Amino acid sequence: MQTVIFRTISPYLASLMMLFSVFVLLRGHNEPGGGFIGGLIAASALAIYGIANGVAPVRRAIRIHPMTLSGFGLFLGTIAGIPSFFQSVPFLTGLWVYPKLFGVEVPLSTPLVFDIGVYLVVIGAIGSIALALEERERD
Amino acid sequence: MTATLVEATFWTVLIPFLGAALSPWAVGILRKNAAWPLALLPFAVFVIFLGYAGRVATGETILISAPWVPSLGVTFSFYIDGLSTVFALLISGIGTFIVIYSGGYLGNHPHLGRFLSFIFLFMGAMLGLVLADNIITLFIFWELTSITSFLLIGFDHLRTASRRAALQALVVTGAGGLSLLAALLLMASVVGDMSLATILASGDLLRTSDWYFAIFLLVLGGAFTKSAQFPLHFWLPNAMEAPTPVSAYLHSATMVKAGVYLLMRVNPGLGGTEIWETVLPLFGGATLLVGTLLAVRQTDLKLMLAYTTVASLGLLVMLTGAGTEIAIKGAVLYLFAHSLFKGALFMVAGAIDHEAGTRDVTKLGGLRKAMPYTFAAACLAALSMAGFPPFIGFIAKEVLYEGIAFGSPWFVLMTAVAIVGNALMLVIGAAVALKPFLGEPVKTPKAAHEGPVSLWSGPMTLAIIGILTAFATGWTGSHLIGPMTSSILGVPTEVEIYLVPKKILPPLLSLATIALGVVIFMRLDTARAAMAGLLTAIGWGPDRGFDQVMRGMVSSSALVTRIAQPGSMQVYMVMTFVITAAFLHVPLFLRDGPAWPETPVMNFYEWAVLAIGIIGLISVIIAKTRLIAIISLGIQGFAVALIFLLFGAPDLSFTQFMVETLSVVILALVMTRLNLQPTDRRDTAQRIRDWFIAVACGSGFMMVMVGVAANPIDLTLSQFFAEYSRPIAHGRNIVNVILVDFRAIDTLGEIAVVAIAGLAVLALIRVRAKRKPAARLTRTAATPIPADRAAMPAPENV
Repeated sequence: MQTVIFRTISPYLASLMMLFSVFVLLRGHNEPGGGFIGGLIAASALAIYGIANGVAPVRRAIRIHPMTLSGFGLFLGTIAGIPSFFQSVPFLTGLWVYPKLFGVEVPLSTPLVFDIGVYLVVIGAIGSIALALEERERD
Repeated sequence: MTATLVEATFWTVLIPFLGAALSPWAVGILRKNAAWPLALLPFAVFVIFLGYAGRVATGETILISAPWVPSLGVTFSFYIDGLSTVFALLISGIGTFIVIYSGGYLGNHPHLGRFLSFIFLFMGAMLGLVLADNIITLFIFWELTSITSFLLIGFDHLRTASRRAALQALVVTGAGGLSLLAALLLMASVVGDMSLATILASGDLLRTSDWYFAIFLLVLGGAFTKSAQFPLHFWLPNAMEAPTPVSAYLHSATMVKAGVYLLMRVNPGLGGTEIWETVLPLFGGATLLVGTLLAVRQTDLKLMLAYTTVASLGLLVMLTGAGTEIAIKGAVLYLFAHSLFKGALFMVAGAIDHEAGTRDVTKLGGLRKAMPYTFAAACLAALSMAGFPPFIGFIAKEVLYEGIAFGSPWFVLMTAVAIVGNALMLVIGAAVALKPFLGEPVKTPKAAHEGPVSLWSGPMTLAIIGILTAFATGWTGSHLIGPMTSSILGVPTEVEIYLVPKKILPPLLSLATIALGVVIFMRLDTARAAMAGLLTAIGWGPDRGFDQVMRGMVSSSALVTRIAQPGSMQVYMVMTFVITAAFLHVPLFLRDGPAWPETPVMNFYEWAVLAIGIIGLISVIIAKTRLIAIISLGIQGFAVALIFLLFGAPDLSFTQFMVETLSVVILALVMTRLNLQPTDRRDTAQRIRDWFIAVACGSGFMMVMVGVAANPIDLTLSQFFAEYSRPIAHGRNIVNVILVDFRAIDTLGEIAVVAIAGLAVLALIRVRAKRKPAARLTRTAATPIPADRAAMPAPENV
């Protein structure tokens, strides 16, 4: 996979895919998309960059071990259910707030936090599997 | 019943847990002196329950309840009646002295704080157990006593014997706990309520139920394991590996009585039947005899006491089973007396061990001068144990003889067993209280002298209470024994007890017991040698049986593992797919398969997508190398994704595209990583077998899909989601709304699985990497790629 073309475009491709994955994640509530698909796209971005340039640069770029991301995602997914305790509604019931940021109403919700958790879990798990397999030396 | 009283009671039950939290901290500051202030906590519980004793004496029962899992009918509820009050008083009262004693006994042990914490945890569990009303509450506290006792027996965890004893106790009592859970749930389902008070009030319903026999056996399973009834008694003497405060508290006064408590508690609901009145005395009597006989054989003070505890528990079970009012009264009195004198004697044994350095009765003697207070406490407790007046033990023995001495031959047999058992207990009591103290002073490992006040105050106080309660018969009868007897019988019962016997037969039986006991005591060494010879002749005991059972379980599970998990990937895959195919085909075969649908009219592009899929599949089959096969499989997957897209499932299609892409990438990586051969080298026979399995699975799935499509689709759920996705969850994308809102808890489970699967795969890859370090090293050295990559400037854009 060490072709010049692939190596040259992989940074652009990977960064575009990363951006796209966040877009897909955020629009998921109303349009096709969501955390799971977003996470898969982001994991593919990591995999592509890893194949083209080696795993070490990927690990340097994301700074933390992907499995940590996965664990944090699970944590986010769980704490998204905590506010429901204070409202005395069943665990993980969607709760919404509408703060105004720069004059624009931004709907924020616990399902969004939850979806970000899903996103991180998928990137972390799939990404770490892909990276570990790509690593030819030792993990 | 006021709200404040409810709260007060809840807090009372929580006090020991508070103690558990405070202990390590208090010990950190005050060292061993921390035991004194900490002992105030159980003492406070004791005082509070003394207040309840007055209310309960008037026939009042108190039910306190708070919802816990309302949808399942589970409440956190406590029931305070005569039975639970007496137990709570024993637990908190003896617990007070145990805490003080622990401070003296463990002294400057580095883990004294932890030890006290465990003791408090146990105290809380036991208190909760005897007060629990809801069956789930009861079960949880029951299990908590097993777990805390595991921690306490294994406290000295560096010794193999301690660990084995702890594990044994946990296995035996844990199995009993499961049995109890089944019994409780069966009772609840028969009666239709989870409150013990209600269940036990429906005794006739239970006794005539078809499930009675099953419930009976399961209750016995719980009670006999916890209360160490023969032949499950072996764990209790082994539990003497625990520090002495634990033996004195758990294995004499409280925890082992939980089984007896259970039998007494369920007596109004389950008792009174023929089987109850046969089986209980049978096992109880056998335990009494076996326990006392084995006690005679021992020379270790603690073991002697442990076996007499087994025997006493047998006596209690026998009396509970006898079922007459006086027998129950005798059981209650004996239980009360036993807790006092046995707790005291254990503490005496511990004090001797602590001060003289040994507890082997043959190596002790003449300590009366060195340890006068301990000697006094030992004598008082042993006199109560032997049933001499004017001790509570005497009254108990009088009443229990009165309870079983009159009636059928069955009762005569029980009386005979009781006389032999009591006589032998007198022997052991005398041996423990007299042998170490009388006679010529013997040189002991440590120069013996009186222990600190914390070591002798407990046994002394308990022994003195044994006299006081015997003199204050009026109060004891009306406040403790009467209400408890009423609770066990299920009907209000007036109890009057007397220090001076009213009937002629019981004192005569007592005299016979004492005479027999004294005779045996005179020849104790001969009796011990005889028992030792007998046991050597038998050579097998339940304790060894336990090891055999455990070994059998380990080796049979190893066998099952070898069959089910041979470690060959091929076997796993073949088994998985064969079983899948069988599950798909067998039902289709049994109930006529679905009718083949007519070929639908399809647009040309739909045909085209179908063709792409088929081309993908054909190329998988004819592919020369594995890599090509993997990629071809991806083509087929893309075709399926296209189908999803055409039929209006963009999310599904989107995900399918990503999953297919990633599977191709990961499969290709796995191939290179595992160094698989690029070509498929299966022989013809293997190929035919795999073809057959593949076709069976594929056709099975197809037939199931055809069958599903032939039936009208139930759209209720889809309509619900379509209708409410926007108004309730504020989202237009139904799939996503289902994932993150309506079914979020499912998704939470799924992402947990994804994360854990990721971890597992990572671990597997690392295991492989470690297994061939040599091979990997050479390859790394041969290919300079890693160094190259590391040196190359990488755009930080990810």
